[in-house]
Amino acid sequence: MNLNRRHFMILLPAAAVAWESVLAGTPETAPNYKVSDHWWGMLIDISKCIGCGNCVRACQTENDVPDGFFRTWVERYHVTDTNLERPEVISPDGGKEGFPTAQEDAGKYFFVPKLCNHCADSPCTQVCPVGATFVSPDGVVLIDQTYCLGCAYCVQACPYGCRYIHPEKHAAEKCTLCYHRITKGLTTACCENCPTGARQLADLKNPNDPIHAFLKTHAVQVLKPQMATTPKVFYNQLDGSVR
Amino acid sequence: MNLFKDVGHLFRFVALFVVGTLAILGLRAALTPHSFGQYGHYRGAALGDIAAHPIKFAGHQTCESCHADVAEMKGKGKHAHVNCEACHGAIYQTVPAPAAAQPGAFEKLISLVIHKMPPDPAVTLHADDPSIKPVLPDTAVLCARCHAASAAKPKSFPQVDAAEHSGGVPCETCHQPHSPAIASGDAK
Repeated sequence: MNLNRRHFMILLPAAAVAWESVLAGTPETAPNYKVSDHWWGMLIDISKCIGCGNCVRACQTENDVPDGFFRTWVERYHVTDTNLERPEVISPDGGKEGFPTAQEDAGKYFFVPKLCNHCADSPCTQVCPVGATFVSPDGVVLIDQTYCLGCAYCVQACPYGCRYIHPEKHAAEKCTLCYHRITKGLTTACCENCPTGARQLADLKNPNDPIHAFLKTHAVQVLKPQMATTPKVFYNQLDGSVR
Repeated sequence: MNLFKDVGHLFRFVALFVVGTLAILGLRAALTPHSFGQYGHYRGAALGDIAAHPIKFAGHQTCESCHADVAEMKGKGKHAHVNCEACHGAIYQTVPAPAAAQPGAFEKLISLVIHKMPPDPAVTLHADDPSIKPVLPDTAVLCARCHAASAAKPKSFPQVDAAEHSGGVPCETCHQPHSPAIASGDAK
């Protein structure tokens, strides 16, 4: 090959650009998945939840969640006319094995499945000192565990108590909204295994997603709206006593 | 004009400053991952790392590709919308990994600075390895989790008090779990 100085100088910037893209690697392993085409959330219908704990068990299996830690869990509320402000809430082992029988007596009982709300303005990502946790371009709050120091600022900052420090990895962990599944066209493990369809993954950027029709026709709420975190987990028929 | 007299030491100082700045910029460029800042103040390649986690629950279509007979029966019954793996467990199961070698003194020292995560455990599909069996559920536990009567469950959801309903007879004596309605019509 006959390469003179002029041609070499012309090729140099092109080679630099090519080398840069080689170093950058391919951040998205799933073909045909474009992060800018999605904005993920979830719809939870309280009126359908039976408290069976399938979601909790499925999440633990799918994501290798250690015992005693939860990325999703189910709470059972018991509200009587005298304790509207301080309802009795139980969640034995996160509701993994179901709940004790609730007796028909004064007041009402209902289940509230909880998970990371994947807030658009998430307080947990703002406090990270090293850029280890972030809201992805498709609206999922994720953790880069190789960057995480385990300082637990984010665990304190989450108003919903959705994060924990993994006891062996010493890094923060949380619900990834099954990012490894939703980027391949599957739904999350909890939605997949919910027997009553109480949990549904929602893509708010997809105009054909059934969530849009649902949000128009139902009284849907989010948890702790006063925190202004813009949660993307929407609850249908949420009781006012839920904290 | 004596302004630029005896300024040699200043040039040395500036040169040192320039070299130091270049060294710091060079180090930063070398140590910062190349995808940092791709989407924001984080490593863009982390999205791919997280998406590479192995899938365990493959969904009912995967089961139905072999178990068409069960799928047909289930499709007609009340449990048509319940995922197979909701009762039988994940179709991919974790393969027990061989015990990892104990880290040496040097690795321990390095691990204080470089945060390396243990790799995700490998998974194998039930269809690929006959030794991996989905769970045969214990109906006394499994049926009750959903169908045990409780004031907390929605009123429209079918619930029974097991002792009163069957007197301890196992559920599958009367109900076929894949299509639980009893054909004779004497059950609710």
